[in-house]
Amino acid sequence: MNRDRLLRRTVALAAAAGLALTAAACSSSGSSSSGNSGDSGKASAGAALDPNTKVTISIDCQPPTTKPAERKEWADDIAAFNKQYPNVTINAKDASPCEDPAAFTAQLKGKTQPDAFYTYFTDLSQVLDADQAEDISAYVNDQTVPALKDIDPSVMATLKSDGKLYGLPTTNYKMGLLYNRKLFKQAGLDPEKPPTTWAEIREDAKKIAALGNGVNGYGDYSATNQGGWHYTAELYGLGGSMTTEDGKKAAFNTPEGKQVLQNLKDMRWTDNTMGATQSLKWPDLMTQMSTNKLGMYIGAPDDITYMVQTLKGSYEDYGMGPMPGQKAALLGGADYMFKKGSTPDQIKAGIAWINFKYLTMGKGQFDYARTKADGLPVGLPQPFFFGGATLDADNKAKAASATVPVANYAPYLAVQVPGKTEPANAQQIYKVLDNAVSSVLTDKNANVDKLLSDAESQVNQVLANLQ
Amino acid sequence: MAAISVSARRKTEPPAQENPSQGRAALRQRLRRHLTGHGFLLGALLCFACFSWWPMVREVIMSFQKTKRGKTTWVGMDNLDRIFQDPDFWHAWRNTLLFTVLALVLGFAVPFAVAVLLNELRHAKSYLRVLVYLPVMMPPVASVLLFKYFYNPSYGLFNNVLHALHLPTSAWLNSPDMAMLSVVIAATWMNMGGATLIYLAALQGIPGELYEAAELDGASLLRRIWHVTIPQTRLILSLLLLLQVVATMQVFVEPYLLTGGNGPQNSTLTVVNLIYQYAFSFNNYGSASALGLVMLLVLAGFSALYVRLSRTTD
Repeated sequence: MNRDRLLRRTVALAAAAGLALTAAACSSSGSSSSGNSGDSGKASAGAALDPNTKVTISIDCQPPTTKPAERKEWADDIAAFNKQYPNVTINAKDASPCEDPAAFTAQLKGKTQPDAFYTYFTDLSQVLDADQAEDISAYVNDQTVPALKDIDPSVMATLKSDGKLYGLPTTNYKMGLLYNRKLFKQAGLDPEKPPTTWAEIREDAKKIAALGNGVNGYGDYSATNQGGWHYTAELYGLGGSMTTEDGKKAAFNTPEGKQVLQNLKDMRWTDNTMGATQSLKWPDLMTQMSTNKLGMYIGAPDDITYMVQTLKGSYEDYGMGPMPGQKAALLGGADYMFKKGSTPDQIKAGIAWINFKYLTMGKGQFDYARTKADGLPVGLPQPFFFGGATLDADNKAKAASATVPVANYAPYLAVQVPGKTEPANAQQIYKVLDNAVSSVLTDKNANVDKLLSDAESQVNQVLANLQ
Repeated sequence: MAAISVSARRKTEPPAQENPSQGRAALRQRLRRHLTGHGFLLGALLCFACFSWWPMVREVIMSFQKTKRGKTTWVGMDNLDRIFQDPDFWHAWRNTLLFTVLALVLGFAVPFAVAVLLNELRHAKSYLRVLVYLPVMMPPVASVLLFKYFYNPSYGLFNNVLHALHLPTSAWLNSPDMAMLSVVIAATWMNMGGATLIYLAALQGIPGELYEAAELDGASLLRRIWHVTIPQTRLILSLLLLLQVVATMQVFVEPYLLTGGNGPQNSTLTVVNLIYQYAFSFNNYGSASALGLVMLLVLAGFSALYVRLSRTTD
């Protein structure tokens, strides 16, 4: 054989072998690396974790170093938890934000999320589509989570699919009307009596905008799916629904749905109370309110924490009223799920930790005396998922250690607006509605009826594709 | 015939016979030398295979698949059907083409004009070159924040200037009509330095005698540009133009950061933003891959043109 040809063949073979090995290496990356989930553990799934069990579990959402007080509390809680369970090792994963949707999607795809991973209530279908969560129904009961009976059933429903439970809640919120008490006073309005209907909001917004100096009466999001999110909240307040009960068709092209868009359009262009700057997204409205440039917007109680802690606002300046319309308030929140392939002991240890840190009065996030001592706010109406005896105990403990003016949230607490969860496949639907909301806020001649019927057909198409 | 072929073969054979052991040693040496070179090549090939080619192959495969509840199924052309039915598909392509055209008008003409000016300068050339390149060194997010402030309809710099000049103000990023142009202006500013330096390098490759001859003939600056600069740089300019088309059609960062990816009434939704939304908002990798495949085919057309042009320049 010609020597050159021999040389070329040798090199070509080596290259081919290398590429084949590479392809094999690339394609094998999807294989599972999780621990085994033996039947022996599952047989006793309902029992609490044996304190002598040696187990290691990774958990995300450890507060970042930029939040030293919360981080210290996390470490203290692990130490306290380890007194009870000395053989449980918690590998904490620092994360801020606890869930970045794009990164979370990639994590699920790569199966790289921690053993107990933080999710939003709206993530369940995505996680199940990726087949990345364990069914924990057999592990959660009155023995492992004593306060279970007092958790709002509508909250637990968000974590179930086909009757199986996939997560435990850690926090939640119900949306309402956030308002700037300082601007209310300046505009001659009573800060103890926030508006409860959209007609009242329009009137109050006019008075606040009349203060001038760049002050807007009312603000709303209209970008990065948050326009659709707020549209949903406002529609719920008026008694509407985003989809039919079976989730197969859009249900917002109704008088209530039209009212939401028309109202925004009127405030923007007829009343001129929303300012020229639109296409806003989280946290633009908080920035405006913390600088006393915004009178009102739809939000959740933890916005107040953000405005004070991050944007250097003052608790005294903010109040909350019930969701306008008061038929229902959009309910959202966060929870922990367990990675597919977690062992029964890992699941038990995770549930024990979540119970200790997030679901036990006087411990973890409900240790209000410690929260107060650490200079963190106590008294905001959040989390809001307990009822019955646990809620009573929570209210008492909260009042005893309150550091924020709880009276400012009395209008919000006085009206118990029922919570309503976000629609399934919320982000897809929100993205479509973003366009409708941004249209009425940026186009004086936007046709509300056409926008709604276009959005309806697009959402129907999205839902049909998901069947 | 046989005699001719034998003699022809003899002509191609080495003139002197080698000792067999010497021949083997030479082969080993050549093999070693080539293997080292090809070994290095293999490293690069492995990297390309793992991080460039394999993802592309996966993308093509995923274009025809759907994943639900952990199960992947073949769905044929369903994903392509879905994206073609999506009204945002055509909207995104229209926006992308608009961005490309605007970016070429601004992003090609402005850096070229700046490069010509810099090339004509006698003094402070290096100093100005650094100044022109400075925006490229700025992190894109910082540049975007700066422009968001400039564009703010209430207190932004641009409207303040327009107001001071008694000219009508604009809603900039908040206006469906102005949003894309605003994105292009920001993108041009952010990327102008790099393009200017490339054009400048091309201009400096033009022999000085041509300009001297033109000057002796009394040619003005504009005539020198028209008759010397443009003909001399025509091929390089057309190559860069094609590269810019390929790059601008993949625009993502600027519209995403400036307008959240959609803009008012979807006016800044580009194809890559739509791919991102399919994948990371809708978790629909099949549709994202299908749209990526369509984009790949379109850009492959431009790339083929580029390869053809670069052969001409060789």
